[in-house]
Amino acid sequence: MSKIIPIGPYHPLQEEPELFKLYCDGEIVKDIKWETGYNHRGIERLSESKTFDQAFFLVERICGICSTSHPFAFANCMDEIAGVEIPDRAKYIRSIIGELERIHSHLLWVGLAGHFLGYNTVFMWAWKYREPILDLFEIITGNRNSYAMFKIGGVRRDIEEHKIPGIQKVLDSFKKKNDLLTGAVMDDPVIHARTKGVGILTKEDIINYAAVGPTARASDVAIDVRKDDPYAAYPLVNWKVITAKGCDVFAKAEVRLLEMYESISIIEQCLDGLKKTKEGDIEVEVREVPAGYGTGHAEAPRGEVFHFVVTNGSNYPVRHKVRAPSYVNIATFKKSCVGQTITDATISLAAVDPCYCCTERMAYAYDYNTRDKILNGEDILKLSHKKTEEIRKKL
Amino acid sequence: MVSIKDIDNIKNYLKGDIIETEIKSATRATVTIKKDALIRAADYLFNKLKLRFIIASALDSKKGFEIYYHFSNDFSGLVANLHVILPKEKPEVESLTGLFEAANWIEREMHEILGINFLGHPNLEKLISEGNWAKGVYPYRN
Repeated sequence: MSKIIPIGPYHPLQEEPELFKLYCDGEIVKDIKWETGYNHRGIERLSESKTFDQAFFLVERICGICSTSHPFAFANCMDEIAGVEIPDRAKYIRSIIGELERIHSHLLWVGLAGHFLGYNTVFMWAWKYREPILDLFEIITGNRNSYAMFKIGGVRRDIEEHKIPGIQKVLDSFKKKNDLLTGAVMDDPVIHARTKGVGILTKEDIINYAAVGPTARASDVAIDVRKDDPYAAYPLVNWKVITAKGCDVFAKAEVRLLEMYESISIIEQCLDGLKKTKEGDIEVEVREVPAGYGTGHAEAPRGEVFHFVVTNGSNYPVRHKVRAPSYVNIATFKKSCVGQTITDATISLAAVDPCYCCTERMAYAYDYNTRDKILNGEDILKLSHKKTEEIRKKL
Repeated sequence: MVSIKDIDNIKNYLKGDIIETEIKSATRATVTIKKDALIRAADYLFNKLKLRFIIASALDSKKGFEIYYHFSNDFSGLVANLHVILPKEKPEVESLTGLFEAANWIEREMHEILGINFLGHPNLEKLISEGNWAKGVYPYRN
C-alpha cells in the first residue's frame, strides 16, 4: 500500500518551513514532492526600499546561522559596482569572520547529523566545541550572531592587536577538540554503516542540478568560489579545496570535517597578516554608487551565495536578486532520497545542511487512504535511532 | 579553462542574434541577445563551454521585462550573463528546463513574481506564494 510521509512544514531538518512529501511503498521512498513559500519574507523587494548601507543589515538576517555569508556576497557585489579595492586589513578581517562562521556552522551540522543517526555523543561534543567559537565572535564583533561587520569598501570594526593572542588561544584548544571529533566520526564503524552508500549524488546530478558547496565537493566536483573567483584575503593565504569521492552522506561529513582544519589554517594566516598591516586601515570611503549592475558571490558554509544588484545612480538598488546555496541544493533531494528507506531519508535530507532556524516540529506519517496518523516526527527519528542500534549490535 | 575571449567568440556562433556584448572586466561579461536565440545561446554556454548555471534574475524596467541568466566557469572565476529583454505586452520566452534541471525552480519563481511565461516548462505552478495569493497580481511588477 502506498503511503505519503510528510516532513514539515515545520521540522528541524529544514532551514525554513517547507513541506516534503515522501511517497513510500513499504519502507522504500518512491518519489518526493515539496511545497515551499510558508515563510516568504520578500527580502528582495524589501531591499529595494533600503539604502545600500541599510541593506547590509537586511541581508544579514536572511540566514540565522551563517549570518555573514549574505553580507559577504553583497559586499563583493557592491565593491564591484563602486569599483573599489578594499585595504588588505579589511580583506583579512572579512576572511577571519567568514572562516570562523564556517567552523561554527559545520560543527552545528556534524552535531545534528549525529543526533539524527542516534549518536548523541557526537551531538554533545560538537555543540560544546561550538560555544567557544561563538564567544570569539562576541569578543571580535560584539555579537554571537548577526555581526554587522561588513560595509561597502571595507569593514565596520577593527580586530585590535591585543585581541589576537586570545583568538589564537581559542583556536589552539579547538584544534585538539577537532581531532577528537574527527576521529569519533571518521573511525566509527556504526557511522560508516549508516552513512556510506546512502544519499548518493553522482557528478552528473551535481552538474544538472547546479548544486554547490560541500554537497558538490563530496561528489568530487571541486568548486569553491574562494579559489575559483578569489575575493577578500583568500588569494593571499595558502589553503586547499577539500573534495571527496564517495558521493554519499559520509563523504559530505568528511568534506565538512576536513574543511574546518583548512579554516583554522586560513584564520591563523590572516591573523599574521593583520600584524603586518596598519591598525585602523579598514575601509575606503565610497561616496557614490554609480548606475550599473554587478554580480557578487561568496562561499558560505553551505555553498555559493550569489547576489545580483542593479543600480540607477541613487542610494537604493533597483533590483536585488539573492540566491542562497540551499535553493539549488534542496532540489537534489529528488535524486538522493528516492530509492532509499524511510530510516535513511532523515540523514539524506540533512546531508545538504539546510539551516535549522525553525524549531517547531510537525512531521508525521499517515495512511494515504484513511489519513490516519501512523508515525509522528519523533517516531521517524526513533526509526533512525533503532537502525543504528541494530547495526551496533551486529558489529 | 574558459576565458572572456570565449564569451566574446559567441558572436561568431550567434551572428545576427546578438544585440550587444559588454565586457566589464577580465571575469565579467554580459551578452544581450534576441529572445528567440536564448536556447541556442544557453546551450552553447552550458554544453559547449561547460559553464555552471548559477541562477537567473528578472526585473521590470522601462525597456520591458529583463532577464539575466547568470553562468559561471569554476576554473577561471568567469561570470557570464545572458541578457534578454521581453516586451511587456507579451512576456514570453522558451524554458531552459530542457537543458538543465536547475532552471526549473527559478523559472517558476519568475513566472510567479513578474508573470513571465516560460514556454515548454513542465510545471509552471507557484513556488513561493502557495495558496491564497490573488491571480494575475505580480508582486515584483512596478
